[in-house]
Amino acid sequence: MNSLVSALPGRRRAGLILALGLLLAAPWVAGPYLLSVLVLALYYAYVGQAWNVMMGFAGQLSLGHALYVGLGAYVSATLYLHAGLGPWAGVPIAAAVSAAAGAVIGFLAFRFGIGGVYFALLTIAFAEFTRIGFEHVDWLGGAGGLFLPVVERGHLDIVDLRGGPRLFYYVLLALTVAALWLCHRLRTSRIGYYWLAIREDPEAAQALGIDLFRYRVLAAAISAAMASVAGSVAAFYYNSLTPADSFGSAKSIEIILGPLVGGLGTLIGPILGAFVLTGLGEALRALLDVTGHQVPGATQLFYGLVLLLVIKYLPGGIWPGLARHLGLGNRVG
Amino acid sequence: MALLEVAGLTKSFRGLKAVAGASFTVEAGAIVGLIGPNGAGKTTCFNLIAGAIRPDAGTVTLDGRPITGFSADRACRAGIGRTFQVVKPFVQLSVLDNVTVGALRATRDVATAQRAARQVLELLHLDHKAGQLAGTLTLPERKRLEVARALATGPKLLLLDEVMAGLRPTEIDEMVAVFRTLNRETGLTILLVEHVMRAVMALAGKIIVLHHGRIIAEGGPDQVVRDPAVLECYLGGAPA
Amino acid sequence: MSWDVYANVVIGGILTGLVYGLMALGLSVIFGVVRVVNFAHGEMMMVAMYLAVLGCGTWGVDPLWLMLPLAALMFVLGYALQSLLVHPFMTRPDHAQFMLLVAVGMILTNGALILFGPDARGVQVDYALDSFEFGPLLIDKVRLYAALAALAVAAALFGFFRLSATGKAIRACADNYRGALVVGLDVRRLFALTFGCGTACVGAAGAMLVLLGDVTPSLGPAYTLLAFVIVIVGGLGSMAGALVAGVLIGVSEALAGLILVPSMKSMVSFGLLILVLLFRPQGLLGRSA
Ligand SMILES: Nc1ncnc2c1ncn2[C@@H]1O[C@H](COP(=O)(O)OP(=O)(O)OP(=O)(O)O)[C@@H](O)[C@H]1O
Ligand SMILES: [Mg+2]
Repeated sequence: MNSLVSALPGRRRAGLILALGLLLAAPWVAGPYLLSVLVLALYYAYVGQAWNVMMGFAGQLSLGHALYVGLGAYVSATLYLHAGLGPWAGVPIAAAVSAAAGAVIGFLAFRFGIGGVYFALLTIAFAEFTRIGFEHVDWLGGAGGLFLPVVERGHLDIVDLRGGPRLFYYVLLALTVAALWLCHRLRTSRIGYYWLAIREDPEAAQALGIDLFRYRVLAAAISAAMASVAGSVAAFYYNSLTPADSFGSAKSIEIILGPLVGGLGTLIGPILGAFVLTGLGEALRALLDVTGHQVPGATQLFYGLVLLLVIKYLPGGIWPGLARHLGLGNRVG
Repeated sequence: MALLEVAGLTKSFRGLKAVAGASFTVEAGAIVGLIGPNGAGKTTCFNLIAGAIRPDAGTVTLDGRPITGFSADRACRAGIGRTFQVVKPFVQLSVLDNVTVGALRATRDVATAQRAARQVLELLHLDHKAGQLAGTLTLPERKRLEVARALATGPKLLLLDEVMAGLRPTEIDEMVAVFRTLNRETGLTILLVEHVMRAVMALAGKIIVLHHGRIIAEGGPDQVVRDPAVLECYLGGAPA
Repeated sequence: MSWDVYANVVIGGILTGLVYGLMALGLSVIFGVVRVVNFAHGEMMMVAMYLAVLGCGTWGVDPLWLMLPLAALMFVLGYALQSLLVHPFMTRPDHAQFMLLVAVGMILTNGALILFGPDARGVQVDYALDSFEFGPLLIDKVRLYAALAALAVAAALFGFFRLSATGKAIRACADNYRGALVVGLDVRRLFALTFGCGTACVGAAGAMLVLLGDVTPSLGPAYTLLAFVIVIVGGLGSMAGALVAGVLIGVSEALAGLILVPSMKSMVSFGLLILVLLFRPQGLLGRSA
């Protein structure tokens, strides 16, 4: 029994290294289609991890997280287009802008004691407000959006983040790993303990000396900054962005599916959820394609069903049970 | 000088005066019992002292420092640890993590906090449950977890709200022994709300009796239980 | 612009706002009693609108005639949804309830997309462009009829909650859930009835709204938000508040469409929602907590 317990961390590490090795090698075996799916999965894994900080750790339900992703996309793209500032400088600035937005919304909400459904609605309202606002700013391309100059095939420019899917695959992989590491550090630090306490019971947390306001705002800012980077990278990957796609409520929902399905508040859950959902969704699409059906909405319908089933029958998500199954302990974070 | 001084504390809920001008002191190093029939205002008193709610009037002073109207977290940082009558465990966290949150008051370092938390758990005979989720604990265990968490914050004054309710007599005696040891060895000051008279009589050097938000008697245990006003309120109201 | 332009826009806003108010009333009733926040409200509205369009297409009748059948149908759907799916979630954390209904919303939206395609559908009635003239004032016939119908349905609902024994039992449940259990009320059935009443409002409102605009599958979230805006501005759980706030929102959106650009009009609602949430979360008309 004792030897099994002491073997746990090693097993977990081996699993992580194996997964990372597979992910590092993937672009060299995957075809263009599979690569694009993997890019998508990594994108959702990363952005889900960002949302998880706020909801899974600190227990603040944001249903408007597209706001921070969209701000990241718009700020870095605008800096690139209008100021000639490359992403290495633009992304941190965009992240700072999103963090500030998250902090301001958090400040307003938590100062006024807004929680639960009211907070969720407030976040949606801010995202929608911004969406419509951006649709009316010509300098930002209005409703039609912004376009970045498309690069020719084979071109690779790491400084300006111009290149093919493989570049973005590795960028997103690096981000996902970095986010996993950061979340692990946060989760096992005082901040993480405080967030979880606040999530579990704010009143009890406060009685233990935790400044609820400060730690909630902190969660909002960190989560927003992380989400922002995803938006920036996506902007440079797709080379186009519109207010509807960037800030829309559908986007906000897409962000949260991975963590909810994978396991809210866990570290691996958002990644697992993103890969499972993206994988299944694409498989469904491919299956329909093969049988000659073009069914727009089919994957989203499927996501809705999966979300419903997971929430009903697996409230903790897939990961906690799976982790137990794999002998990774039942409190794998 | 008294560690805690409460003067003229008043709080109404929709016209009902839950606490009506209560004044009392708790000497440093003392164990004081706060008793009274159901609805007397004991929990409200605690909430006012610990900053969970703001008083309408009156002052609270801890160690010579005014803490009236402090938020709960500031009150905790000022040195007040409190338990909740209706327990509030962090159910999805392990017992150890629950207490570690409290221990992080004194240190930023998680490993140090965990060591401190383990010691507190040992003290309250919860160490064998350290790895379990708090949600799996029984009610008496949850009560002890409340105490452990509050204790871990390293308070000057510990407010205990009916932590013995639902415990078996042997468990009560164990708890009494724990508090007595703590008080003797660390000089911890305790203000204790309790219906279990066996515990109050064993622990408290002074007892304050609250009735309809007012203090109707105060003094040594033997003196208070013979006080006619106290007998009257307990017999007149529903005895607990 | 002269005053009669504004007056006409305001009147149009009031009439549209009453229909919005009826839809929001459904959300308010569900929240006020069942304490469930229906994040799929707008999606249900979208479904009701599609059913209205289909019904009109099939039988060639005025959508207003479909109001009651649609309300009945949506009642059944709401009843089933609450008792089968939502009720087991009553003891779960709030966010689990929200997500459940978000999932329902996704299923409805994309189900409609698969069944009906992305294109807008609508109904044409022969009086679509007619209006009543009162001096300089022009009142659209469709809007007036829809608004009157909305008022009638709202009045029926008020009557049900005030006068009928079931309605009173439901209100007892809302005021004191434990007490209701203790006196042996069948809470599960009453909650399902209430949820059904809420979705019936949506059904009726859907039949009216197809007169005022087209329907697309992606309409849901916007209407969900609109309903929330109205209900929160009016005070969550207050029935009269929902109608009054519906009118308020209807008018302010109409005026915003006139003064700003029409596409910016929902910014006014969202701005109002933000301000109300921050400064008066109990709603403009609600009692302070
Ligand atoms: N938040 C509140 N809102 C309204 N009334 C309250 C509130 N908290 C307490 N009260 C009322 O104040 C009075 C005192 O309550 P309190 O909980 O302080 O009594 P208590 O002495 O702790 O009783 P018990 O022994 O039952 O725990 C009671 O009448 C109670 O109903
Ligand atoms: Mg009490």
